[in-house]
Amino acid sequence: MMVLRGRAWKFGRDIDTDVIIPVRYCGNPDPNELAKHCMEGIAPDFYRKVKPGDIIIAEENFGCGSSREPAPISIKAAGISCIIAKSFARIFYRNAFNVGLPLLECLDAPEWIEEGYEVEVDLDTGEIREFSQGRSFSAKPVPPFMQQLIRDGGLMNHLAKELGT
Amino acid sequence: MGMTITEKILASHSGMDKVSPGELINAKIDIAMGHDLSIPEVIDKLEDIGVDKVFDKERVVIVPDHFTPNKDIQAAENCKRVRGFAKRHRISHYYEVGEMGICHALLPEKGIVGAGDLVVGGDSHTCTYGALGAFSTGVGSSDLTAAILTGMLWFKVPESIRFVYHGTLKKWVDGKDLILHTIGDIGVDGALYKAMEFSGETIDQLPMSGRLTMANMAIEAGAKNGIFEPDQTTEKYLEGRARRPYKIFRSDADALYADVREYDVGRIEPQVAFPHLPSNTKAISEVGDIAIDQVVIGSCTNGRIEDLRVAAQVLQGNKVAPYVRLIIIPATQEVYRQAMQEGLFEIFLDAKAAISTPTCGPCVGGHMGVLAKGERAVSTTNRNFIGRMGHPESEVFLCNPAVAAASAVKGRIASPEEVTRI
Repeated sequence: MMVLRGRAWKFGRDIDTDVIIPVRYCGNPDPNELAKHCMEGIAPDFYRKVKPGDIIIAEENFGCGSSREPAPISIKAAGISCIIAKSFARIFYRNAFNVGLPLLECLDAPEWIEEGYEVEVDLDTGEIREFSQGRSFSAKPVPPFMQQLIRDGGLMNHLAKELGT
Repeated sequence: MGMTITEKILASHSGMDKVSPGELINAKIDIAMGHDLSIPEVIDKLEDIGVDKVFDKERVVIVPDHFTPNKDIQAAENCKRVRGFAKRHRISHYYEVGEMGICHALLPEKGIVGAGDLVVGGDSHTCTYGALGAFSTGVGSSDLTAAILTGMLWFKVPESIRFVYHGTLKKWVDGKDLILHTIGDIGVDGALYKAMEFSGETIDQLPMSGRLTMANMAIEAGAKNGIFEPDQTTEKYLEGRARRPYKIFRSDADALYADVREYDVGRIEPQVAFPHLPSNTKAISEVGDIAIDQVVIGSCTNGRIEDLRVAAQVLQGNKVAPYVRLIIIPATQEVYRQAMQEGLFEIFLDAKAAISTPTCGPCVGGHMGVLAKGERAVSTTNRNFIGRMGHPESEVFLCNPAVAAASAVKGRIASPEEVTRI
């Protein structure tokens, strides 16, 4: 069973990849360097305040824009364990799972969870709980083949396994 | 029930007679493309899993275009790695500075993509090639690595939305305005996960350059791909250009669409997308007085010869306003040569514009025109997100080349009618 727990960071709708990580920082692939600039366009102190395990809660279309994989990589390296949003941009969705950052689509949780709430997520069942008001929500389950990607540790490890390298 | 063109292309590449929206398929890739930002990540990933091969050296395309000519030492190091990879694997379609172009302008021009192809690219604007009747979509570098290594990739078959355009375009209105108006209508997630299929009598008359502009921005509505059914315009464009036999697919009359949206284009004025979303559109007559610092004409959206001709038409006999910078970037070397031969450079230089070698540079806030705090740019590019072209407190307004040129002359966002007597 995979349970994640952390504080909620709230963001609005259409959070784009230029805000998540501007392209001028993408030349250096070191995840820890990318993490330093994560979200700096709209939350300049995000990197300093985020703690390992924290969870992003957002509205519609999270991750819209570019296909840059440093976007989910920078979020993961900053310490975020999971993103819950009403919907995700499609390239970001694939990229996040491919680099091992789980995402959950849920319409209710972003309505009720406030910034700083303690949140727990069960990836196997899609159940989301918050401990400030004691509410729970259910997210769309992660499709089986995506769970397989996460279990294998992302697309590259999955490929390596299949190729027997 | 029939199939859409998108469904037919996906079915034909996965060895199936029929596919339906929502179905997961494993499909054969015709072309896998990457540039100087995505290929270094691919090389890292291949090294991580200890493999050094590509599925087909004729079908992997590499175009360093973002930070080239190398903008700094880091870009130079990245490009060096990319060049080494291309050499080692004898990649046929590797385009060095001096023969390159912005990838999404270059691949159609060189005939590398044809109708009916399935293309993936490590760049979100890979959806551009849908203009040729191909299924084409952007992917991240893990997916790109899988495609380059195996020639296969999984897809979820998207639902399609049909966009139908009726009527004749007004003067100074082109494909850019149709797509901005459409994104303004449906929003930046209006086609999330879906295929945008463009059709109608306006589209039948729209030249390939306008179709490429429209398909290019399908991603700005959240779409997986944008697509046009091939017609005479497509065949004429591909004639003498296509490097491989191509196949024409068309949607069945009884194909199923998630939505059908119709537009009377006679009512559409030139559009301007305000900061900080491409959907934040206004008609040029409603813009008001907005002073600007810089104008960029170019990019994978609007850097083709047709775009430069329109800009020249507006700039002819005019000068760029004092303290305003106009940067014009032909999208490929071929466009550059053509513009020079047609005398467009003379007009640009007389107007006091700077002309650059092809690069994505300013569109991504990379180089060749980065914005300072508080500066405003008018740009023919495709994104106006916070910090897109530079400082997080700079602003970008998106429009077509005619409006961009007129704005450079006036020093504020302006209609081409204000500066021309045509």
